[in-house]
Amino acid sequence: MKKISKILLSMLFVSLILVGCSSPTGSTDNNQTDKPAEGCSVLIGLVTDTGGVDDKSFNQSAWEGLTQFAEENNLQECIQYLQSDSEADYIPNLTGYAEEGYDLVIAVGYLFQDAVDTVSVQYPDTNFLFIDSESLSDNVMSAVYNAEQGSYLVGVAAGLKAIENESKMVGFLGGMEGDLIGSFQAGYEQGVLSVCPDCVIYVDYADSFSDDAKGQQLAAKQYGAGVSVIYQAAGTAGNGVNKEAKERGDVWAIGVDKDQYEDGKVADGSSIILTSMVKRVDISTYTAATEVLNGTFEGGVMIFDLTNEGVGAELSSGRNLTDEEIAQIQGYADDIKAGTIKVSAVPTIANGSTN
Amino acid sequence: MNKKNEKLLIPFIAIILGILVGCIILIISGKSVNGLLVGLLKGLTGFDIYKPHLGFNLRYPGEFLVSAMPIMLTGLAVGFAYRCGMFNIGAEGQVIMGSLAVTMLAILVPMPKGIGAIVCLIVGALAGALWAFIPGLLKHKFNISEVVSGIMLNYTAMYGANYFLKILPGTNNQRTVDIPSSTKLGSSFLASLTGNSRFHWGFIVVIICVIAYWFIIEKTSFGFSLRATGFNKEGARYAGIKVDKSIILSIMISGALAGLAGAIVVQGTFGYGRVMTAADNYGFDGISVALVGSSNALGILFSGMLFALLKVSQPLLQINGIPREIGEIISSSIVFFVAIQHAIKYILSKLESKKHKSMVNSKGGTSK
Repeated sequence: MKKISKILLSMLFVSLILVGCSSPTGSTDNNQTDKPAEGCSVLIGLVTDTGGVDDKSFNQSAWEGLTQFAEENNLQECIQYLQSDSEADYIPNLTGYAEEGYDLVIAVGYLFQDAVDTVSVQYPDTNFLFIDSESLSDNVMSAVYNAEQGSYLVGVAAGLKAIENESKMVGFLGGMEGDLIGSFQAGYEQGVLSVCPDCVIYVDYADSFSDDAKGQQLAAKQYGAGVSVIYQAAGTAGNGVNKEAKERGDVWAIGVDKDQYEDGKVADGSSIILTSMVKRVDISTYTAATEVLNGTFEGGVMIFDLTNEGVGAELSSGRNLTDEEIAQIQGYADDIKAGTIKVSAVPTIANGSTN
Repeated sequence: MNKKNEKLLIPFIAIILGILVGCIILIISGKSVNGLLVGLLKGLTGFDIYKPHLGFNLRYPGEFLVSAMPIMLTGLAVGFAYRCGMFNIGAEGQVIMGSLAVTMLAILVPMPKGIGAIVCLIVGALAGALWAFIPGLLKHKFNISEVVSGIMLNYTAMYGANYFLKILPGTNNQRTVDIPSSTKLGSSFLASLTGNSRFHWGFIVVIICVIAYWFIIEKTSFGFSLRATGFNKEGARYAGIKVDKSIILSIMISGALAGLAGAIVVQGTFGYGRVMTAADNYGFDGISVALVGSSNALGILFSGMLFALLKVSQPLLQINGIPREIGEIISSSIVFFVAIQHAIKYILSKLESKKHKSMVNSKGGTSK
């Protein structure tokens, strides 16, 4: 009796292992829906840095552009993304797609500079889209955004609110110091000072695009010092600013990359997001994908600014800006487009200090 | 069952169980288990079952080894200290200090080809050893737990290293300039063998360290005194072993191994120093590697490969439609099962005694 039960038990165990490690019959169909199907006319892979495609800003915007492209062309099965665990993953992730024969590989963010420079040369037949920085290879399309222009406009909005609140203190929270986020800071500084010359601007950097706890901590410091508006340009880390503003309720935050109004909503339906500096990363991924599909893809630099609406401020009426304020900001936008206001991309205030 | 077999058996069972957990989760979430196996196979060998006509793409095994090498070294580091009864959780910081020392030396001091790379490796190991000396000394002098001081020194190392990297000429906010080619471990020969992967000469360092680890621990009287100290500190002291010396030396050797890991990451994988915003976790991965490898040289070699494989396969899994997190689920399940080895031992001994009993029974002819 004992022997039989032992045999039965061991058979059960073996069959469990078999079930566990062999695929049940019929799963091959399942496979094809999971895998980018062979029937794809183009295969597109997007690689993010350590922030994911749900960061509510930069990466998400890039992925949304691609998703929109896929929906319009019925290619949902043919787009993919990879999130990097660490810097050591950048090159394997990009080469992973290139090796798999993807037609377009998208590197989201200037942190990929070395990786794109290396990989694009090794895979001359693969097309690359590099967002926020330039790589010189012929097969790389570089999308560059004049973020200082849009940042100038949200700076104007912040300055106007600072005057209205009589605090005359505004804040800026960047992700990582460098030329890119520096241009956000520079435009913001100039915008604030154009309407509120005696405003004090607090500048802090989270040293991360993914650490939202650090973002929240720095936001608490700035709001605690009496700042009424913080402009965050820090990816996921910037979500910490929105969170802190929501908890306080009586302060403003300015979103970045995407319109973050919905994300800033509190219980009573109002939003702590004053406005957002919109950077249309989705346009570049959408455009590059479409060009690859049509066979018209070419390397080179695409510049996005206010004139082609690649950057701008979110100015829908009925939100937190009055119509007068919107009109005023719009006026500045027209001046920048016309070239009467030149926005510099070089910041003047050091990390951790004020003007 | 004898002790030695059991030591090998438990990690083995843990690995099987860990993979089973992964498979079950995949089945529950409606993903194909095939994708997992295909991804792992491709990460290991570069062979894609879905595309057999492409043959073996050696870039994948190349990259697999690139990510295996540093965690094998940190695995040896943690294992070495563990054999002497120390838990070197500060390996992460020692990796960072190794990287820092190598980067600074390579950029600031011009060195001739050939010698440069070796000098850098030695300096990286020394830097790791010195950083590990701090918790060792604190333990010896004030009986401060090396776990607490080690964790704190990890942060000190990271932020301190960033400060020094940033004052090197030409450093921007992410990275230093490239280190001179005379100090790099990368080679166009190895790259051409492995389809342009980043595979580098660091593998020789790893092989030497594995052999040295085995030799020191198992074959020398110093290794014996380390093991005796790890087994029973007071007993070893009573037997005339210089326990304090063993403790400090073992954590310094451990630090040197971790420092080497930092060195080969800079000299091999990247070729420049990085201003880090978060730790790479080479040191923490080393803890898992040492644990699963039973702090045994060969065991660490294999468990390092296993963890690296689970890591490098993640993008391949994702491309095959399997969530990348499955790799982490499997590796943490394996660590979990090793950690509850007493339970596994208990079950094994139950099975054993049952077997024994039934054997006795069948001999007696009572069971039918």
